[in-house]
Amino acid sequence: MASKWDGFIKFVGMGEVSQISEFGKILIFIITGFVLVALTLFVGKLLAPKNPNPEKLTSYECGEEPTGSAWIPFNARFYVIALIFLLFDVEMVFIIPWATVFGNHELIATDARWGKLTFIEMFVFLGILILGLVYVWRKGDLNWIRPNAEVPHTNVAVPPALYIKLNNEQSTHRVKEFSPLTQKEAAAALTNAEPVTATTTAATMLPPVRKPMFKPTFK
Amino acid sequence: MNPESMNESDGVMVTKLNDLMNWSRMSSLWPLSFGIACCAIEMMGSMASTYDLDRFGVFPRPSARQADVIIIAGTVTFKMAERIKRLYEQMPDPKYVISMGSCSNCGGPYWQHGYHVVKGVDRVIPVDVYVQGCPPRPEALIGAILELQKKISDEKLIGAV
Repeated sequence: MASKWDGFIKFVGMGEVSQISEFGKILIFIITGFVLVALTLFVGKLLAPKNPNPEKLTSYECGEEPTGSAWIPFNARFYVIALIFLLFDVEMVFIIPWATVFGNHELIATDARWGKLTFIEMFVFLGILILGLVYVWRKGDLNWIRPNAEVPHTNVAVPPALYIKLNNEQSTHRVKEFSPLTQKEAAAALTNAEPVTATTTAATMLPPVRKPMFKPTFK
Repeated sequence: MNPESMNESDGVMVTKLNDLMNWSRMSSLWPLSFGIACCAIEMMGSMASTYDLDRFGVFPRPSARQADVIIIAGTVTFKMAERIKRLYEQMPDPKYVISMGSCSNCGGPYWQHGYHVVKGVDRVIPVDVYVQGCPPRPEALIGAILELQKKISDEKLIGAV
């Protein structure tokens, strides 16, 4: 297994005779990182098909036509929430590698104290973060800052008692009771009031207007 | 190209650039996370743990810029067709389309009286694979992904006639 890497180890200087300092190794890593990224981008540029059109070059708005500018003022109160979220996001990043090492049977088998130590260590870490959360909570940074709504007031000469009186009058409105007799009287009054003329008969004799009907046709 | 041979020690693998590119493209078919109607529920089901489309490198992307394939899962109305066309145009090449379910294949139950339904998404964008069913089972969608992979494996992206 090791023989495969002998040449590489000698080349990098990880063998007995080190010709390159520890910082030099970091430099090699940095150079390799840059070269690899540049190479990947270059190969991508070489191989990727390019068919740009105006539709493709517009900004992606979930399929909608983009309108207005993307540079809009963003509410500052999101900032504190985002900062606190970041804290607990990073906490998760720390806990996941810890959890994988914590469950390592080999390490637990070598020393029984390992499990206890790591467990207590993680709870100390979590405790510090929870302390921070309690602090933030107590300070009221988790409260959503609401703008104070200004209710407009106007100075008018109408006294409020007038409005109250009007509302009382309106609230006591009652619907008339129904009786067939009054209905007939009303109908008779209506026919007497409007004598039948030639124009009205002509209007009523017209055939009813046909509404356009929907007829879907498919080829 | 046999992926098993890659794990053998001291092995040298020789391949054509076309085959390599096809292999890389078919192994990471990232669909746009885009569902229109009830077929999308089946699509979600096939991407979740029970059917696990991630086995085939299918991993939904939230942006059209990162997507390779768009799964038209549902009824394509005329209003939506415009958006679908724009989303398809905004995807980078090479792009593929899976038409999932009867509605997007041909209009489905809205074939005769659906005044608002496009009679098949292939009237708007070119479709690579059609999945039949109303809605299709997750197995059918997985089958469509495999069909698309087969189609991609025969493609000639460089040096095409």
